[in-house]
Amino acid sequence: MREIIKDKAIVQDDWTVLRLAEGETPDAIEVPAGKHIIPLQVWLIQREELSARLKKTQDLAIWFGSAEQAKDLGADAALFPLLAVDFPKFSDGRGYSIAYNIRSRLGYTGEVRAIGDVLRDQLFYMQRVGFNAFATREDRSISDALKGLTDFSEKYQTSWDEKNPLFRRTERTGLSA
Amino acid sequence: MYRYDQHDHQIIKERIAQYRDQVRRRLADELTEEEFLPLRLQNGLYMQRHAYMLRVAVPYGMLSSTQMRKFAHIARKYDRGYGHFTTRQNIQYNWINLEDTPTILEELASVEMHAIQTSGNCMRNITSDEFAGVAADEVIDPRPYAEILRQWTTFHPEFAYLPRKFKIAINGSKEDRAAIAVHDIGLTVVHNEQGEVGFKVMVGGGMGRTPILGSVIREFLPWQHVMTYLEAILRIYNQHGRRDNKYKARIKILVKAIGADVFAAQVEAEWADIKDGPATLTQAELQRVAAYFGSPEYASLPSVDAEFEQHKADNKAFANWIKRNVKPHKVAGYASVVLSLKKPGVPPGDATADQIDFVADLADRYSFAELRVTHEQNLVLSDVQQSALFALWQEAKAHGLATPNVGLLTDMICCPGGDFCSLANAKSIPIALDITDRFNQLDYLHDIGELELNISGCINACGHHHVGNIGILGVDKDGSEFYQVSIGGAQGNNSAIGKIIGPSFSAGQMPDVIARIIDVYLRDRIENERFIDTAQRLGIAPFKEYVYATPIKSFEQHGEDAGTVVSY
Repeated sequence: MREIIKDKAIVQDDWTVLRLAEGETPDAIEVPAGKHIIPLQVWLIQREELSARLKKTQDLAIWFGSAEQAKDLGADAALFPLLAVDFPKFSDGRGYSIAYNIRSRLGYTGEVRAIGDVLRDQLFYMQRVGFNAFATREDRSISDALKGLTDFSEKYQTSWDEKNPLFRRTERTGLSA
Repeated sequence: MYRYDQHDHQIIKERIAQYRDQVRRRLADELTEEEFLPLRLQNGLYMQRHAYMLRVAVPYGMLSSTQMRKFAHIARKYDRGYGHFTTRQNIQYNWINLEDTPTILEELASVEMHAIQTSGNCMRNITSDEFAGVAADEVIDPRPYAEILRQWTTFHPEFAYLPRKFKIAINGSKEDRAAIAVHDIGLTVVHNEQGEVGFKVMVGGGMGRTPILGSVIREFLPWQHVMTYLEAILRIYNQHGRRDNKYKARIKILVKAIGADVFAAQVEAEWADIKDGPATLTQAELQRVAAYFGSPEYASLPSVDAEFEQHKADNKAFANWIKRNVKPHKVAGYASVVLSLKKPGVPPGDATADQIDFVADLADRYSFAELRVTHEQNLVLSDVQQSALFALWQEAKAHGLATPNVGLLTDMICCPGGDFCSLANAKSIPIALDITDRFNQLDYLHDIGELELNISGCINACGHHHVGNIGILGVDKDGSEFYQVSIGGAQGNNSAIGKIIGPSFSAGQMPDVIARIIDVYLRDRIENERFIDTAQRLGIAPFKEYVYATPIKSFEQHGEDAGTVVSY
């Protein structure tokens, strides 16, 4: 079982990410038994068949590709115990807006997990936009990655984690010199 | 000017600690170069042709004499004794050791400066009018908004990995001196019919290989909403900007592809969800920041100083300098002075550590200890008494900073080009130096009058060649360096993209090419017509015809190697 960071701690995780192999299509793929994070497109196409299983076992979750939108899942978000956003490359920043929208537009309160090319130096920003779980790259030290969550103690602007900008949170009067 | 409070200090301090550890991990090979790349870029550190280059932010181009002295110190201690002021109103050091960079950032932090987001695919350092707060034609001082946006953009968690770099410029005067039409977002601070303050919002401008002028997507945005509205723009761009092709990744391509109207509608829809939320700017915060930009203690002076007028009448060289390098001020008896960094023989925008120190001294003695950097790569003393101009001129002249060429042909914008930049296809500094040599007669230069000549060493257009009245672009042809010439570009209120006149030239032909273009202008201009007006009236045909009519001989050009052509 692999380790992930969840709610600022290293924990064991038993979810498996289901990715389509070459030649597989969202309509034809069969979701195996057990806890799986499945592509959004598989859910959208097989919604009818998968709904009953989800209701009974809660062993399905969704992952968003970086070209997808939170609104593509819409109100169905509330059905899932976990939503994930994939980072095909750490430098692909679309996932930040997807996570922000999953929280702020869909009002989703469950686990939002970053998967894929997830590195220590992105974690602080990721938690700000709404991620609370990180399946960091397995070839890197996860305890080292954990340190990335505490890079900054102060922030200027709002995001999902901080509803008020610095100027509304604190009296900013003092000149430094 | 703005001063950090404890929160600003804390954020910068934590950034340095984070970056110091990133450098340590890179040196220990815990970070690959690919992973380190965006991290160092967002700290202003590039890998150039010969060494690392560090780009330090000068937010909206404004700095104190203390900060300026720190630049000189860094140039001496960590570089080769000089710095380069850029079209982004920043300063760059070209010979930096990676290991020194965390310590340099600490030195900068000690004077409330940083290198945050001066590079990388994020919101960059915000630029503005170099005469903000003092210009005679200013409607609203843009600096408080620029500082508020500096803070908003700093470490914005959602927009640190955009499809491409993102540049915001803000202007508050009648004349646009911030080149807002060629920025990803160009803001103009304006009044509406009710006298309320807000922004005209332009989006999707830029240069590079696809030069496009920005489109106005909102005529009036009340000032309170500037952050939420920009957040809406950025969120749409982050999700929909192209990421498959870096050359098509800027917001201008997205806006052009879907149309400015459709883009505007998407922004409005996105904005509707966050409008009036907590990120809405408050009067109290605006006032707090604006208080830092209050006027200095101006003396009560007559609008005309008799002695100054006498010096002008007696001394033609001084009068020329006043005409070109001194700008009107909103306060009677004061003026703003542009110190030209375009002396013959020196790469445009370069200044030695001694010059930097000297300019800091001038600022202390003549201008309330404040300075500006212009996007034309010059320096400004913003608040000088008319009565002090003569003494100031003499001092500046002795230090090679009073070339009376601001706005003239030799006041070129020029990128570092192939001498330094690893992206460049061709050198640009030697071309600038050769053209400057050719136009070394001041009377002739003044007779030619206002003319913007901009040089870029590659299609990325750091030298703004597209909006030069004459634009020069370095291109590579079968491994050799050539130069393409365009005419009719302009920045400011009547921004335009120049048109290419025809096949490219060798470096050695360039001074003659420019001379021929000027000949056509002098031949065909109507009285008092500026070059740009003649060029736009006639189109490129007469220039093209004359320039290509007979072969142009090539002359031997300056030295070849980086750094060796530089003489101070």
